Amino acid sequence: MTPLQLTHFTATSCLGSGLAATLAALEQARGGLSPCNFETVELKTYIGEVAGMDAVALPQRLQRFDCRNNRLAQLGLIQDGFDAAVRSAALRFGPERIGVYLGTSTSGILSTEIAYRHLDPGTGALPADFDYAGSHNSFSVADFVARVFELAGPAVAVCTACSSSAKVFAAAQRMIAADQIDAAIVGGVDSLCLTTLYGFHSLQLTSPEPCRPFDLARDGLSIGEAAAFALLERAPARLDPEAIVLLGAGESSDAYHMSSPRPDGAGARSAMEAALAAGGLAPGDVDYINLHGTGTPSNDQAESRAVTALFGNTTACSSTKGATGHTLGAAGALEAVICALALRYGLMPGGLNRRQRDPQLELNYVTENRRGPLRRVLSNSFGFGGANCALLFARAA
Amino acid sequence: MSTLTGCIQGLGLLGPGLADWSAARAVFNEETPYLALRTVLPAPGVLPPAERRRAGRVIKIALAIGAEAVARAAADARTLPTVFTSSGGDGDNCHEICLTLASRDRLISPTRFHNSVHNAASGYWTIAHGCTAGSTSLCAGDASFAAGLLEALAQLACGAPAVLLLAYDADYPQPLRAKRPIPDAFGAALLLTAPDPAVALPRLQLGWSSAPAAIMANAELESLRRSIPAARSLPVLERLAQRRGGTVVLDYLDGARLAVEVFA
Repeated sequence: MTPLQLTHFTATSCLGSGLAATLAALEQARGGLSPCNFETVELKTYIGEVAGMDAVALPQRLQRFDCRNNRLAQLGLIQDGFDAAVRSAALRFGPERIGVYLGTSTSGILSTEIAYRHLDPGTGALPADFDYAGSHNSFSVADFVARVFELAGPAVAVCTACSSSAKVFAAAQRMIAADQIDAAIVGGVDSLCLTTLYGFHSLQLTSPEPCRPFDLARDGLSIGEAAAFALLERAPARLDPEAIVLLGAGESSDAYHMSSPRPDGAGARSAMEAALAAGGLAPGDVDYINLHGTGTPSNDQAESRAVTALFGNTTACSSTKGATGHTLGAAGALEAVICALALRYGLMPGGLNRRQRDPQLELNYVTENRRGPLRRVLSNSFGFGGANCALLFARAA
Repeated sequence: MSTLTGCIQGLGLLGPGLADWSAARAVFNEETPYLALRTVLPAPGVLPPAERRRAGRVIKIALAIGAEAVARAAADARTLPTVFTSSGGDGDNCHEICLTLASRDRLISPTRFHNSVHNAASGYWTIAHGCTAGSTSLCAGDASFAAGLLEALAQLACGAPAVLLLAYDADYPQPLRAKRPIPDAFGAALLLTAPDPAVALPRLQLGWSSAPAAIMANAELESLRRSIPAARSLPVLERLAQRRGGTVVLDYLDGARLAVEVFA
């Protein structure tokens, strides 16, 4: 595929708002997980909560979009001059030539969960101020972001659970390759809600401690929230050495189970193979893999099998979910931005919280930060329903 | 700007008073009158019994329309990339989860939780058919059909030989229904293939338009088109049924509609 440049990117998560805070936390190997005291949730688990969301205000003309998820989007958009970069691109290309491709899993469903506590005692009706399209609907965040910048190109939410905001890179890349748009806002926004906290708890997939990806005694994930965005454009012939490009994306389906990965990792492997093929690279060309690495026993086992089958046990890998939590529909984009930081600053982030190596996980898992030039990195994202996506990023030089 | 295009190798349809594509074709060609009876969703026989019990209305309709399109095209579902697009996912399941979370005992069932993802239909489809090709699940609210068509044709433009597009919606129960009044379930599946000069098939070609969306001449079909987002596809499906070429404008987003040129 034709390489695309990430001309601007930004991330907001429990590590902090914007790239500087994110990079500082990674450099200091500092995680952002804390004991869950979110809303009225009574679960013994840890979460990656973004600070300061109550103070975020949406633009006055877009008040009908007010919900936690769109506040998180708004907070994310104003970091690192990302909003100014989008406005500049809209002037250059025209608002109809910029697409919006955003991943989310639960959108603004927290608003619905709360509204169901306030049904009319007589009629059972939802409160009058409940706005379905502005909050609950999966499209809400893409609609909101397109309206913030008054864009008139295609806009869509990609909702493949925990691979949502990895797949947005593939979808936007196709629309640019097909010359329907010149640039795209890609990203993911997913915010804490009761459905995912109680839902993963019901599957016995949440850890009572901060999650420990690839640890011998790993016992589940920690749910986080994040907004991460990139502006994708065709890469010019001459690029700055530190420019970040998307070389390839690979997608596959497990065809196995709704909420468990294929134990042999075959689906994950074929997504990684497809990303390498799209980028014209061999496994040995990859310097680092940012794993899906949720910290559930089955994910890490299957992913380890997939990675070692394709890469052997030499390629350095880590999961950054020990630091950020699993940000679900935002994880693909958040980890894409972490990969971009890794490439730009030559920082391979060590995976946090692993105490003891699991001898059954044979991949080369890195637990300490490593400094040194990185040329090409792969990012894995796998979702419920067996929706797999791998993204291949590189420095221009 | 290059144009997005794709041939129609197979169609599947299910909606109020429209039992399948043959029934819809007869209605579009005015061979039978349109009676807007409640959509009858078949049990998804392709699923193992445990999954069949767990399948809600959106999963049933998606599996039914996809199976019809694949069967009509005599295609192999195992290798077909899929684009699922729906304005809202499983409303019944969502309602039950929200009720439980608003109660004292918030323990929701694991099955309800994994069925709550927007890509549940895709998950069940790929499991049922052993399909390991890539699958995406989109939502663009009322614009979801057009968004899915764009994605499917972009996949063809980027080299996929065939893509199965499945657009479907099902109604919410109260109280969500009052806020999102979708009256019934409707779905349409299109098995789209890259144009091949050696094979004569109807073809679609996409452009952008600011003209108003085409409407259905039949008042009840027009009501269907307006009330269920996936039925925004009806003007294109009607032309395909009638084997009548020409351009129809489809609703998409506020500022951008799709001009779909049909080569019948």
